[in-house]
Amino acid sequence: MNDRRETAAGRIMVCTGTSGISSGAEQVAAGLERELDSRNLRDAWHVVRTGDRGLFQDVLVDVIPPEGERVTYVKVKPKDVGTIVEEHLVGGQPVKRLAAGKRYDDFFATQQRIVLTNCGEIDPEDIDEYLDRGGYDALKQVLAMDPDALIDEVEKAGLRGRGGAGFPTGTKWRFARKAQGVSKYIICNADEGDPGAFMDRSVLEGDPHAVLEGMAIGAYAIGAKQGFIYCRAEYPLALKRLDIAIAQAKERGLLGEGIFGTDFSFDVSVVQGAGAFVCGEETALMSSIEGHRGIPRPRPPFPAQSGLWGNPTNINNVETFANVRHIVLRGADWYAAIGTESSKGTKVFALAGKVKNTGLVEVPMGTTIRQLVEGPGRGMAVKRLKPKAVQIGGPSGGCLPETIWDTPIDYASLSETGAIMGSGGIIFMDEKSCMVDVARYFLEFTVKESCGKCVPCRVGLKRMLEAINEIARGEGTLAHLDFLEDMAHTIQQTALCGLGQTAPNPVLTTLRYFREEYEAHIVDKKCPAHVCTDLIEFVVDEEKCTKCGLCFKACPAGAITWQKGEFAKIDQEKCTKCRSCINVCDFMAIR
Amino acid sequence: MTNATNAMTKTGAGTGQDVDRSEVEPIVAAFQGRQGAIIPLLQEIQRRFGYVPKTAVDVISEKMGVYPVELYGILTFYAQFYLEPRGKHTIKVCQGTACYIMGGKLLLDQLEEDLQVHDGETTEDGQFTLETVACLGCCGMAPVMMVDGDFYGSVKTNILDSILEHYREQDKQ
Repeated sequence: MNDRRETAAGRIMVCTGTSGISSGAEQVAAGLERELDSRNLRDAWHVVRTGDRGLFQDVLVDVIPPEGERVTYVKVKPKDVGTIVEEHLVGGQPVKRLAAGKRYDDFFATQQRIVLTNCGEIDPEDIDEYLDRGGYDALKQVLAMDPDALIDEVEKAGLRGRGGAGFPTGTKWRFARKAQGVSKYIICNADEGDPGAFMDRSVLEGDPHAVLEGMAIGAYAIGAKQGFIYCRAEYPLALKRLDIAIAQAKERGLLGEGIFGTDFSFDVSVVQGAGAFVCGEETALMSSIEGHRGIPRPRPPFPAQSGLWGNPTNINNVETFANVRHIVLRGADWYAAIGTESSKGTKVFALAGKVKNTGLVEVPMGTTIRQLVEGPGRGMAVKRLKPKAVQIGGPSGGCLPETIWDTPIDYASLSETGAIMGSGGIIFMDEKSCMVDVARYFLEFTVKESCGKCVPCRVGLKRMLEAINEIARGEGTLAHLDFLEDMAHTIQQTALCGLGQTAPNPVLTTLRYFREEYEAHIVDKKCPAHVCTDLIEFVVDEEKCTKCGLCFKACPAGAITWQKGEFAKIDQEKCTKCRSCINVCDFMAIR
Repeated sequence: MTNATNAMTKTGAGTGQDVDRSEVEPIVAAFQGRQGAIIPLLQEIQRRFGYVPKTAVDVISEKMGVYPVELYGILTFYAQFYLEPRGKHTIKVCQGTACYIMGGKLLLDQLEEDLQVHDGETTEDGQFTLETVACLGCCGMAPVMMVDGDFYGSVKTNILDSILEHYREQDKQ
């Protein structure tokens, strides 16, 4: 037990995950400590640095007095620290001006937080805080169970892999358990590389022990003694907190030899990725751990038969492992009651783009896209712009039009739409986003990240990108569209690994739902969203211009003239076509 | 290549003035005999020198029994490794989906123009290295960029100058 909390001290929690820190949370936390020091209040109040709770753009501070109600403050700035200490901690009166209101409540109201339950609530660098909330109880319980019974339970719960493909976790474990091998390995895939996805990072930063516990349970199930966490080097804070968590767990005998006095031994090492998207693919990931270029190989043999250094290996994603302890503690039936027929439990999403609230949310499977944007998202950011599409599943996923936002988010429904669940990045777009450009963006990404081993992915994607570039420049023909579709299907069927097989999805879904936008680029030589530079005239549409002057202020080239009450004018000589004006104009008045 | 090469000559850290073997050998020794040691070893070398010098590749090749071609294969495959010294400050412009939608590409274009470098290159004066990243994970503040350890959120093109100036000033002091 931690003696700090045995005293009747109050608790002040500051969300200091990467998102919090980028908004200035560390300055707030340090400011609180200084303020408490200067008032000799450090014994009465304990400042706790937690992971992120999910709501972005905000520094969240929670004050929990020894007695009395918890108060959450949002958008706290370093200059507010003195006020909070003075009025609330000393004076006993919460600071109304900073207290969380409807925006905060809306964000959390429809969430069901299982994986994220500890994120933003505990100090991830203090194992006692995790233990106080039932940490490692599940592991203890499991070690008294028969591994096969444990796998039955996970299977019955219906947990499916959260990394994207959605393979049933219990089944995967059973394969690895049955496999013959001197040593077996268990790997946690924390190489979260989708642009716009940071669910795993938040879990690792906010609750690293939950992942370690999940891995240990998995290791017991399949009979592994050694685990690896393959984590992106771009996540320094997650790496640091993992190292601390592993060291603390070892110190307490929760990792290492003879865990909980049984003969079960398990150790975990962290392997840093070196910046290759394809290493999220399991065979490439193993190749990378072995010290080679991260290049996928054909399956079979599956990792369960021949994985790391030729040994039976089981790979699960961070979020999958973080679910495991809850299934053990609360039972398969409880878990299976959440979600839909084909998809059980909850899913964490990184909500971003043109919505009012952005951040990390956890909702039951089967929640619709519209419920996400209207619930936690609080609607689209710019009311007067029409919602257009949602991009779900990252470079392997697709763009779904607003007309089908009532689709429930589960594995089956999403694959019917042509998108995939993916790891959980979900980005909302309004009419200012061009679907041709979005498809091009993802193709650029996959072309860059293709490992180059198989021809369909290496060459095919490049040809597709060239075709899309021509369309975006206004040089496309309708035959380009047939070519894109044809090539997309070929790559889907013939690429070696998941990266290549799913890379055409952004193109196929935009072609399926936004074909008229492609045609506008080709036939009318117009980009309706005013994104593709070559198809923009850079003139002010006086019918739409509200004379607000935002474009004038945004122009870095001094090419726009404007006076109060007059239409803006763009000097074509000076204009560098940088699109800064279009970016700030919510009236679509520059075409 | 031209910009980077110029930068190297100017900062006096070109291939001609590589690091000394004696600086590399103890690092390599610590990794000998470990399974899957190559990538962590290269990461350690880079942590120490800021890039992976040619001498280091030679020493690793000898001591670990790996052909240089395999090492260069690894070094050029993973985006994290650099074969040349870096600028004093690293600018990372996020090109994640949210930043892209919110104008991250505009920032990148403008920075490339202002600094006269492309993604991954270092300015002629060795001040700045410009890089793109797939996601900095602060999508709520999009578009985002980072200079060294500092985050800049909701960045507009017209404040880029003042951001760069801040670091130039800092260096003068």
